[in-house]
Amino acid sequence: MRLKCPLCGERDRREFYYVGDAVALARPDPDAGISAWDDYVHNRDNPAGVTRDLWQHEAGCAAWIVVTRDTVSHEVLDTALASDVKRAMS
Amino acid sequence: MRFSGLRILKEGLTGNNGWGAHWRDPDPKSDYDAIIIGGGGHGLSTAYYLAKNHGLTNIAVLEKGYVGGGNVGRNTTIVRANYFLNGNSEFYSHSLKLWEGLEEDLNYNVMHSQRGLINLFHSDGQRDAFVRRGNAMVNQGDDAILLDREGVRKHLPYLDFDNVRFPIYGGLLHPRGGTARHDAVAWGFARGADMRGVDIIQNCEVTGINIENGAVIGVQTTRGVINTKKIGMTVAGRSGQVAAMAGMRLPIESHVLQAFVTEGLKPVIDHVISFGMGHFYISQSDKGGLVFGGDLDFYASYASRGNLPMKEHVMEAGMTLMPMIGEAKVLRSWGGIMDMTPDGSPIIDKSPVEGLYINAGWCYGGFKAVPGSGSVFSHLIATDQHHSEATGFRLDRFRTGVGIIDEEGTGSQHNLH
Repeated sequence: MRLKCPLCGERDRREFYYVGDAVALARPDPDAGISAWDDYVHNRDNPAGVTRDLWQHEAGCAAWIVVTRDTVSHEVLDTALASDVKRAMS
Repeated sequence: MRFSGLRILKEGLTGNNGWGAHWRDPDPKSDYDAIIIGGGGHGLSTAYYLAKNHGLTNIAVLEKGYVGGGNVGRNTTIVRANYFLNGNSEFYSHSLKLWEGLEEDLNYNVMHSQRGLINLFHSDGQRDAFVRRGNAMVNQGDDAILLDREGVRKHLPYLDFDNVRFPIYGGLLHPRGGTARHDAVAWGFARGADMRGVDIIQNCEVTGINIENGAVIGVQTTRGVINTKKIGMTVAGRSGQVAAMAGMRLPIESHVLQAFVTEGLKPVIDHVISFGMGHFYISQSDKGGLVFGGDLDFYASYASRGNLPMKEHVMEAGMTLMPMIGEAKVLRSWGGIMDMTPDGSPIIDKSPVEGLYINAGWCYGGFKAVPGSGSVFSHLIATDQHHSEATGFRLDRFRTGVGIIDEEGTGSQHNLH
């Protein structure tokens, strides 16, 4: 699998560190309550299909990247800087 | 039909015409006392022990594919009880004891071979950790023997003892550890359950769970609606999707774990060897193939196949540990889908929906748990009480932070196990 870093271009998967589901884009409010935080930290949609996860270009530019990909086919559909995705959400 | 040496002799002399199907192929009934979703190792053993230990025989196991076609037929067949933490220790000990009586119990040859498992260590610090683990295993009533470098050499003379990065300091031998024939385990439990009246229904995918007033009333399947008040869910690898049918999200992320088999070779590896520092483990099947594997690919996947970086890593680790395997040709490789929980330990618990019981999150260690899991899960389904050897696998331990079972000591968080 190769991932396209928005800054560095297409690179080997080994340059990237996988964090997991891109839930961090929607971090709950500190006072959101125990079930919201439990959901955020532990529970996952875990789809068989298109998902969005968070990777870091650890052995490259160190950018945080949101990868949209298919968990069944391993096809990478889109990559974007996490900062851009977050800005677009607000 | 009972299996025996005499029977094999008789069949051999009469053209082997007397062997029948090992289990029936019934159509689903409209009602059952309990339904098990998932006809893998855990589902079949749950059904078996529900019938055997709890007298529940009006039950069905619903399998979307065929018996033995899921993770129970896609693992590296290792059976062991070398856990350290309370919660895990007593459970895997319980499971290993069931393994030891399983062939008699099932009247089925599951080829359980207690050939011994050796965990290698490569530093003083690691030795201390394995001494501690060994003591925990002995205290649990299981067996563990600390081997020094020469002790390991007696068992495994073909390892590279003087590797620059990972010189071998010794190993922890678990003599009762070993392997079993994975398909036979599924078949044996299927046959045993079937003989006690359990309906094993293959090619029957559950597509929905019917819930009324917060309680289970049945399932929708590709072969029609089936009513029941109790559902046991044993679909590790796909737990998230079945739980979603009941409106639940689970603390599980699915990952792919690869395994490899070489061409058949003369007997050369007599034990199960675990090289933790290289994330590599290996044994030799009775057919002669070297069966080995490594770590997860480390990103969420349902692909049942892995990527090249982990293949390369596993091969490198194998060559580091035992350069002799460089001549062996890899015949095939595959990936299994693992239910990964935040702390790396399973979930066996009731769910918030009345009558729906969860058996999930087996991470990469489900095979050795097959008899134990069925035994304790059937107890939970039949009595609504946790079995004494499996009180720790609670669903709410992540929310409360109480009773986290983090065997690796890396933290309770997705992507760390």
